[in-house]
Amino acid sequence: MANIKGAVVVNKERCKGCDLCVAACPCQVLALQPTEVNDKGYHYAFMQNPDACIGCASCGLVCPDGCITVYKVKL
Amino acid sequence: MDINEIIKPENMVYTKPRLMNDNPMHYCPGCSHGVVHKLIAEVIDEMGIEEETIGIAPVGCAVFAYNYLDIDWIEAAHGRAPAIASAVKRLNPKKMVFTYQGDGDLAAIGTAETIHACNRGENIAIIFINNGIYGMTGGQMAPTTLEGMKTSTCPYGRNVALNGYPLRIAELVERVDGTCYVTRQSVHTPASIRKAKKAIRLAFENAMAGKGTSLVEIVSTCNSGWKMSPVKANKWMEENMFAKYPMGDLKNV
Repeated sequence: MANIKGAVVVNKERCKGCDLCVAACPCQVLALQPTEVNDKGYHYAFMQNPDACIGCASCGLVCPDGCITVYKVKL
Repeated sequence: MDINEIIKPENMVYTKPRLMNDNPMHYCPGCSHGVVHKLIAEVIDEMGIEEETIGIAPVGCAVFAYNYLDIDWIEAAHGRAPAIASAVKRLNPKKMVFTYQGDGDLAAIGTAETIHACNRGENIAIIFINNGIYGMTGGQMAPTTLEGMKTSTCPYGRNVALNGYPLRIAELVERVDGTCYVTRQSVHTPASIRKAKKAIRLAFENAMAGKGTSLVEIVSTCNSGWKMSPVKANKWMEENMFAKYPMGDLKNV
């Protein structure tokens, strides 16, 4: 897995902080913002541990609002 | 490697489907409806039938489905989506017509329309979202509510002697001759989402090929109605809903 790196971009204004992406991530990359909120008042998701991301897109698949874009590169 | 080197258009592996627009969805955080909307948008895009698709929106939480997917929609009266879909498909046999209905719409007020559309073998696809509760109106008991499950109109749990048994629509329409594909799926994990997408694609292909009625039941969560967090609702669904509503194809001819 070491030669694959991924990155996740969350549309933070669209995110409703449902926590499903955090639960679906196999590498514990994502978390909800502990204090920050978006314009709607939700604690949006962000990459807490970006180095662990493998770009598997599990978070994107389970996101009900389509907030997540996933990128992946082979090193 | 810097994160900005990864975030480039050529490295993108997943994003919001093209046919889903930027309108903020009115669904509660973590609602399964959004995932199913995404799957429908992806399947229509992959099949290239954007111009040929007509969706029939129900009454219920998905009443505003037409606001979120950029395809043609008709809004049906409560429960009457299969009847409207039948008419649309008969008048436009080359179009791909599908209905998108919840359990309050399809399994309660629209039971007759559903069963008769299936029995006539109308060449439509029916997407049936089963979360065992009336979500939009405040969490009342639905025909699909599980035995002992608490809702606002059965606060001590559904009592079979008083309220009857949970209605299993997929098993019911599997028995009628007009259906060609009846399946039950869920969208709570990445693997189940991929399977549900394949089921929706097959249903849409059947509708285009004129093989008969396809019904895709998607067992989903209503975390607001169930009074749980989205993650806990998914777990509760696995533990309780799947026992009464087992996953898999019931009929595929």
